Amino acid sequence: MNYNWNWAILIEVPYFDWLVSGLGWTLLVSALGWIIAFSLGSLIGVIRTLPSKPLRLFGMAYVELFRNVPLLVQMFIWFYVLPELVGEDLGRWMKRDMPFPEATSAILCLGTYTASRVAEQVRAGIESIPRGQSMAGYAMGLTTKQVYRYLLIPVGYRIIVPPMTSEFLTIFKNSSLALTIGVAEVLYQARQIENYTFQGFEAFTAATLIYLVITMIVVFITDRVEAKARIPGYGVQGKT
Amino acid sequence: MVSKSDFLVRYPFQSNKAKGGIRMFKKLMILGAAAAMFAATNANAADFYGTLAKIKETGTIVLGHRESSVPFAYIGPEGKPIGYSMDLCMKAVEAIEAELGMDLKVKLVPVTPQTRIPLIANGNINIECGSTTNNLTRQQQVDYAYTTFITGTKILTKKGSGIKEVEDLAGKAIALAQGTTNERAIKESIEKLGIKNVKVLSVKDHAEGLLALETDRVDAYSTDHILLFGLIAKSKNPADYEVVGRFLSFDPYALMLPRDDSAIRLVVNRTLAGLFRSDEIKDIYNKWFMSNIPGSQALMVPMGDTLETNFAVQAFPK
Repeated sequence: MNYNWNWAILIEVPYFDWLVSGLGWTLLVSALGWIIAFSLGSLIGVIRTLPSKPLRLFGMAYVELFRNVPLLVQMFIWFYVLPELVGEDLGRWMKRDMPFPEATSAILCLGTYTASRVAEQVRAGIESIPRGQSMAGYAMGLTTKQVYRYLLIPVGYRIIVPPMTSEFLTIFKNSSLALTIGVAEVLYQARQIENYTFQGFEAFTAATLIYLVITMIVVFITDRVEAKARIPGYGVQGKT
Repeated sequence: MVSKSDFLVRYPFQSNKAKGGIRMFKKLMILGAAAAMFAATNANAADFYGTLAKIKETGTIVLGHRESSVPFAYIGPEGKPIGYSMDLCMKAVEAIEAELGMDLKVKLVPVTPQTRIPLIANGNINIECGSTTNNLTRQQQVDYAYTTFITGTKILTKKGSGIKEVEDLAGKAIALAQGTTNERAIKESIEKLGIKNVKVLSVKDHAEGLLALETDRVDAYSTDHILLFGLIAKSKNPADYEVVGRFLSFDPYALMLPRDDSAIRLVVNRTLAGLFRSDEIKDIYNKWFMSNIPGSQALMVPMGDTLETNFAVQAFPK
């Protein structure tokens, strides 16, 4: 291979600053996306377990729609197609005056997509609780709301911490797809460095390491959360 | 737990006398195999080295091509890459076949502005046939054949947008394809001239840049002026668009080749010089720039003095 290696490029001005600003965008897009994903996903997940059939159908439709369309396609739809569908004035606002149109589209896209996956975890968590428990709740005179509030949700969420960890990791990695609509995140900046210096291998190695470090930090934190949230007697760790 | 020092301690053990005989035997085997391989490649690819030797060995030449660079290399109505650069590349392939004395299988690999340089550098493609600017920074990683086209950065906009020059971009939005020399040229102009409030949207390729302009997401798109004519010709309403402004950069196009390999460059350059000498280049030029081309209207961009001089200067004698 004919390649001139030059690792020093990574700490040169302005390339180092580019990577740092890329890291900032990656963290911002992922974090805001996660907030949407977690809240919306929780809501949809709970809806999918409710006694009401129309609500359950709605939840199912949401999950199947967002989970089954490739994320790359969804990015493209949020950014290019949606503004064409919402009418001229709003469309124009989305295209021109909306603050950070690329990043906003990416956050909404990542959030709604990941929400469908979070919803499935939440549903699995709630459904894994033996029916006897909610029945006991109803027998004690609790309303549906109270059964969820005091029984299903507190236990269900603690059960699904481990799979939720991987959804949280995935959102950081999926955020790299935002570069296709022009969000200047880590991978975008790595490409940019490649375009300016033609030292692509160094730039992509740096991007790889950045993702690795982010995800390792996330794993470190969620491991702590997992240890705290674990319910004795439930799941693999708590064989009794 | 294996620590570093364990390796240091173990290593001398493995090369003690008991295993010495086996090691010696292994060494001889490797040596023998290497010699056999050397002899084999030597017989197969006598006198050829580098890329030519590799092409001869595999019987395959790998061409990288762009997919939406009209009329240099783009996907035609039949789903195959066609264009001015593709024609020149196929002439070069014929010359390489003659040089190696064998028929070659031609493998076509689509490339993008981001992938073309690494793919040449790591040897995945042998020649890139597209619309690549030859510049000195890129020459640190790749090599180029003779210049086959000369163009520069201009701005594409919708008629009536009020943009006539790069200065008029103040307060407007422009799409730029990431990884192109034009992206840099526009950004440098904006910085140098102190143009205020320009919103830049990064797009993946020319097709997406035109989409952003068509849907009014941006007011302008910029790339080499000749490609802009190609985009207009391929757009839904060609009458809506115009190419404006002065040249913001100098972009000589050339076929891209692997670095440190003058043997393949010589074969390609010999082919090109032959075309330039015999005026055959004019026929190829007119075919792509002055008449109707598959999948789009005629561009009607005459050769011009600069390009004609370029061909004359590079028509090296045999």
